[in-house]
Amino acid sequence: MSSIEEKVIEIIMEQLDVTKEECVPEAAFIDDLGADSLDIVELVMAMEENFAIEISDDELMKIRTIQDVIDFIKKKRGALN
Amino acid sequence: MNLEGKVALVTGGSRGIGRAISMRLAKDGAHVFVNYARNEKAADETLRMILEQGGSGEVFPFDVSNYKSVQEAAGAIVKKKGRLDILVNNAGISVDGLIAMMKEEDWDRVIANNLKGVFNCCRAVVRQMIRQHGGRIVNISSVVAATGNAGQVNYSASKAGIEGLTKSMARELGSRNICINAVAPGFIETDMTAFLKEEEKEKVKSQIPLERLGTPEDVAGVVRFLLSEEAGYVTGQVIHVNGGLYM
Repeated sequence: MSSIEEKVIEIIMEQLDVTKEECVPEAAFIDDLGADSLDIVELVMAMEENFAIEISDDELMKIRTIQDVIDFIKKKRGALN
Repeated sequence: MNLEGKVALVTGGSRGIGRAISMRLAKDGAHVFVNYARNEKAADETLRMILEQGGSGEVFPFDVSNYKSVQEAAGAIVKKKGRLDILVNNAGISVDGLIAMMKEEDWDRVIANNLKGVFNCCRAVVRQMIRQHGGRIVNISSVVAATGNAGQVNYSASKAGIEGLTKSMARELGSRNICINAVAPGFIETDMTAFLKEEEKEKVKSQIPLERLGTPEDVAGVVRFLLSEEAGYVTGQVIHVNGGLYM
């Protein structure tokens, strides 16, 4: 597991109060992890702060699973490097 | 002094009700950003009065109807103070006229300032309040949102819109400990009612059980209550401050 993935899961565990076991890549925030729409907004804000990236509102709407977030951050970070 | 350490933004804070609110919040310990759009002199005077009574604050010009300006302004406040606890959406204009004669631009201007302005400001601060797990917003409506008023289709529609927005936001953000309420003043002695002639004022007074026009401080006191710990279970409400004019 890369450091990005570890950090993402750490943030999700803290924000959504879920266990590491629940945080499988295909877990959907709303259906599997009990998040509501505002939780996703909060999560995205936390990701923005931790990874120093910006996620637009249109991009935010597309985020459904943990893998979506990981892919997204990798793509953004890749674009930066 | 239990607003100590809180950061507040009061739109349209240079005169009238906005000035009274700014002064009251500063008196009780908040650091107040006194927003204004045009009247720099009046805003400076409000700040002078805040500092004179031992409070803390600063003036901050931006146009609430401009989405981008508002986003930048809110960002600047958070960057400077690290937080934003209180938003009072007080900025408003009136451009009166009968519907039979109202110009399209007079409708648009009032809606842009009074209604979209409230949306813009809420949109700009709400993420910070979510991040802080708490915040308070008070929107200044008007008695005419409930009663209607001949010559004010634009103004009353903007204020009724504010009340709908207030209730929807209260539902959306209750889970994040953010309380949003509206205060609906009746006839208050400000520049907005200064054009009334003495006999018109007497006529208005005759319809008010408390037999006087309200003062900006009457409104500021209720806004202050809604921002207090004691009002922590009040959200999505419209509180009328009108001397009994409308019940």
